[in-house]
Order: sequence, then C-alpha cells, then structure tokens
Amino acid sequence: MNTLKYQSQAVAKPYFIFAMILFVGQILFGLIMGLQYVVGDFLGGIIPFNVARMVHTNLLIVWLLFGFMGAAYYLVPEEAETELYSPKLAIILFWVFAAAGVLTILGYLLVPYSTLADITFNELWPTMGREFLEQPTITKFGIVIVCLGFLFNLGMTILKGRKTAINMVMMTGLIGLAVFFLFAFYNPTNLALDKYFWWFVVHLWVEGVWELIMGAILAYVLIKVTGVDREVIEKWLYVIIAMALISGILGTGHHFYWLMTPEYWQWVGSIFSALEPLPFFAMVLYAFNMVNRRRREHPNKAATLWALGTAVMAFLGAGVWGFLHTLSFVNYYTHGSQITAAHGHMAFYGAYAMIVMTIISYAMPKLRGIGEANCNKAQVVEMWGFWLMTVAMVFITLFLTGAGILQVWLQRLPESGEALSFMATQDKLAIFYWLREISGVIFLLGLISYLTSFFITEKKAQA
Amino acid sequence: MSESFTKGMARNIYYGGSIFFFLIFLALTFHTVKEMPKRDNRENITEAVERGKHLWEKNNCIGCHTLIGEGAYFAPELMNVYDRRGGGNEVAFKAFLNGWMNAQPLNIPGRRQMPNFHLNDQEIDDLAEFLIWTSKLDANNWPPNIEG
Repeated sequence: MNTLKYQSQAVAKPYFIFAMILFVGQILFGLIMGLQYVVGDFLGGIIPFNVARMVHTNLLIVWLLFGFMGAAYYLVPEEAETELYSPKLAIILFWVFAAAGVLTILGYLLVPYSTLADITFNELWPTMGREFLEQPTITKFGIVIVCLGFLFNLGMTILKGRKTAINMVMMTGLIGLAVFFLFAFYNPTNLALDKYFWWFVVHLWVEGVWELIMGAILAYVLIKVTGVDREVIEKWLYVIIAMALISGILGTGHHFYWLMTPEYWQWVGSIFSALEPLPFFAMVLYAFNMVNRRRREHPNKAATLWALGTAVMAFLGAGVWGFLHTLSFVNYYTHGSQITAAHGHMAFYGAYAMIVMTIISYAMPKLRGIGEANCNKAQVVEMWGFWLMTVAMVFITLFLTGAGILQVWLQRLPESGEALSFMATQDKLAIFYWLREISGVIFLLGLISYLTSFFITEKKAQA
Repeated sequence: MSESFTKGMARNIYYGGSIFFFLIFLALTFHTVKEMPKRDNRENITEAVERGKHLWEKNNCIGCHTLIGEGAYFAPELMNVYDRRGGGNEVAFKAFLNGWMNAQPLNIPGRRQMPNFHLNDQEIDDLAEFLIWTSKLDANNWPPNIEG
C-alpha cells in the first residue's frame, strides 16, 4: 500500500533506519563508560574511556543529524507540496555521510587517536582533539559537503513549492547548523580564543539553531496528529523560536563566565540564560493545548505521546536542569561537575533524541506503506519503549545530580587544603554511579522494546 | 493566544528579536576579543606551548580531563595541575609530569586507567609548558580551589 503524498519522501527512510542503528551504538558505549566510572580498569587497554566517550558523543551527534536530515526530507516536500528536487542526490549523500561516519568511528576504535590524526594529515589543518569536534579534519570537510548538497536539494524544493512557516523555520535552522559548524575549522593556538569560538558551534547549535529544527518538526507533527489550524500552530511556532533565540543567543554568555573574558558576561549570561526555560515551557503549554483542541482522532497514539513527551522532557532537561546551574554564582561551583553531565543527558534526550523519535514514529508507518499508524500491538510496545527510556533517563539525571551535589560539597566548596581531591571525591560518588549504570541498563531495555515495535506487524498481532 | 496577536506579528518579533540580539552578541564578541590580551597571557605563547597544545589535542586529553571546566568529568581538572602537582615550581612540575606519564598505566586493579601515550621527553616537556601557560590564564578566578 502506498501511503506517501509525495513519492520522494521515501528517501527519509534510510536516514531514519541508520539513525536508529547509531543510537544503539551510542547507548552501548554509554554503558561501557558508565561501568568504567566505577570499575575503572574495565576494558582498560582495549577501549580507553576517552575513546568510548568520543564514540558515545559523536554517535549521538551523527544520529541526530541523520534524524534531522530524514525529518527534512520527509516534511519539506509535503509542506512545499512538490516532489523533492533530487531524490537521487539525497540517496548519494546518505551513502557518503554513512560511509564517512562509519569510517570515522572505526578510526576511533581501531587505532590510537594520535595515529588517526597522523594518517588523516591533521597537522596540515589541525582541528582534532577538541570536545565533540574530535572528527578528523577530512571528515569535517565531508560533513560540510554533505550539508551543502542537502541544503541545495531542500532549497531547490522549497523554491519551486509552497513556502510555509514550518519550511522556512526548518530551513533557517538547518542553514544555521551548517554555518556555525564552520567554526569547527577555526582552531587558534591561543586557548582563550579557541575556547571562546568553540562555543559558536556547540552552544549556538544546541541552544540556538537546533531549537528551530525541533520547533519546526514538532509543529509539523502537531498539525498532522491534531488537525488544528495551521495558522494557530505556526503562530505558536514563531513565538517559541523567537523566545528561544532572544534568550539563547546572549545566553551563550553562561559559557563565558570562566574564560578569559570580561566580567559583564556573568551578568549577561545569567540574565539571558535564566530566560532560556521560557520557550521550553511555552512548548509544553502549546503541545498540550493543541492536543486538547484536536479536531481529529489520529490513530497514531504513539506519535502523539512522543510529541507531548519531547516537550515535557525538553522543558525539564534543557529548561529546569539548565537553570539549576546557569546563574554565575552557582556555576562558579558547579562548572564541569556531574551536574553538568546530568543536565546534558536529559536535555539531549528530551529535546533532540525525542524529537527525532517523534518524527520517526509519525513518518515510519507511512514510509513503510503500513498506513496512518502501526497496529495497536506495535504501538503498545513502542509506548513501553517510550516510558522505559524516559523514566530511565529521569533516574540517570537524578543520580548524576546527586553525584554532582555531593561532588560540589566535597571538592568545590571547601577551601584549598580542606577540599577532597578529585579522585578521592569520585570514590565517594560510587553508589550514585552504580545506580546510574542500572538506570542505563533499563534505558537499553527500553530501546530494545522501542526497536522491537518496528517488527510487530498486523498479521502477527492477529495470530 | 489572543486573536488580535497575529502570526505576522509573531514572525516579526522572531526576525526582529533574533537579529537584534545577534548583533548585540557580535558587538560583545568584538569587545571581548579586544579585551582578551589583558587576561590570556598571549605574549608567553612560545613554540613549546604551541607544540604542547597540539599534543594535548592529538592525544584527546579532553576525552577524560577537563581544562578550565570543559571536557570530560572522568579525570581531574588540569588548568591548575601545575599549581596542584608542581606547587608553582617549573622544575618540580616537569619532573613530576615526566614521571607520571611514563608510569602509566598504573594498573591498580579497579582504579581508573590512564593510558600510556608513548610521549618522548621533549614532548612531555612541551606538554608541561602548555599546562604551565594555561595555569596562568585569568579565568575570572576559576576554579574555586586547588582541587579544580
């Protein structure tokens, strides 16, 4: 059965599938690291912590990018009411990006990082070895080429079709993503400049343009599952992203408190980043409001659950847990502690992993020719996945927060001489790390349940 | 949301607001970059410091450690390791670092393992120079104490 409005939307399917495969890898490496936190020599000589972490974070970034790209290929043609400019280019770029991603991850795992730097000629244009930007320079060029082709393809599609607010916001977000990534190529010798502009990639992605992408995807799914008037949803979308950028751009200042920067960033950063929860709170109100005002009963209950869930979890993870440590006088003590880790985990899961699973949940039944929604049994298993992963992530965040508070108490608050050393403090946090690891295993069970739901078909359900 | 507040108005706030605040952000960035020399000790970036930074990156040190609070939270902060382990004495710190790097992995059962990166004496010296330079940065009085 063909259930796609525009046949070229089908190119989204390999992007979504590959995103899910990488997601599994991300979680497995997360569990390895979680264990290394308490059993320090686990896989010591084979997968050192720094390698596992690089794989964990880079897989996250890459699977989210695959998810965003799949989302764009799926929703842009339908919004523009025209076929994608070039489905062939989309498929070619899929293979280029997938190959570059796999080779890079294999490079991390199979050779020492310094060897990887040598064989990829890092010394010609050194960009490696900075957090989240560990990819060899040549991979970074590959990412730029893939992004350019991707933006060209979407741009040409939008140019010949309808220019909806959702498409324009999505496109702005994706162009911003590509533009700010260019700062990854700037790696001055002076660490002060290096660190300052590193945030132009990291912060302006996750607390800037990615929020536009999230907002556009959420608006698209809400229109589809609630049937609420587009005018209303798009008005909310503009309000939310306006708040996101107005607070988030100067909110970058919360990363500049403890760099070689003037003190005014402590004021600017504190004030504007204290406003950063607002767009996420608005998103919660909006998602629930739209679902309550729904004009149709969409059979895909799971997609609706994801849409509501991503709004709530983004608010908690990015909004509340961000606010916890964003004021400069708090951050002085919490900067670079387990509290940062707690916030990072829930924010990424809530805002970005969940929005990708929202669009996958909505689009996959159509991409697979199943229809508007999966069968009831598949949806139930998918919702089990939703709840297990989400509850597990809440507990991961709570345990890391506990660890962080104790860490600050023992290591940061006392005077020099009285404070416990880093390693001695870590020993005291072991119980929290064990509980976090157990929560991580539950998360994996949730992920398995979620993935299983893709293999449950109507026939089996009736049998 | 009120009917009198239209989508067009929301869109204008979005475009106007984000452009306005982005311009302020750029202006503050220009000012910050201009002020940076007062705090970043750039006149002391020697060739050894530069080589040390490359070694720092090439061995992915940030994958376990933090530097000025940024990085991974698996191993100690290294912005002030010169003060913590060298007591502000360059000779003592270099001797410590050389011994430390060559002693890895410590192979203490259950303890977090630092790999051996097989750096030669010259490279360890460069790394030490980089860390010494870093310890003298003015990061607005961070970290709160010697433990980082």
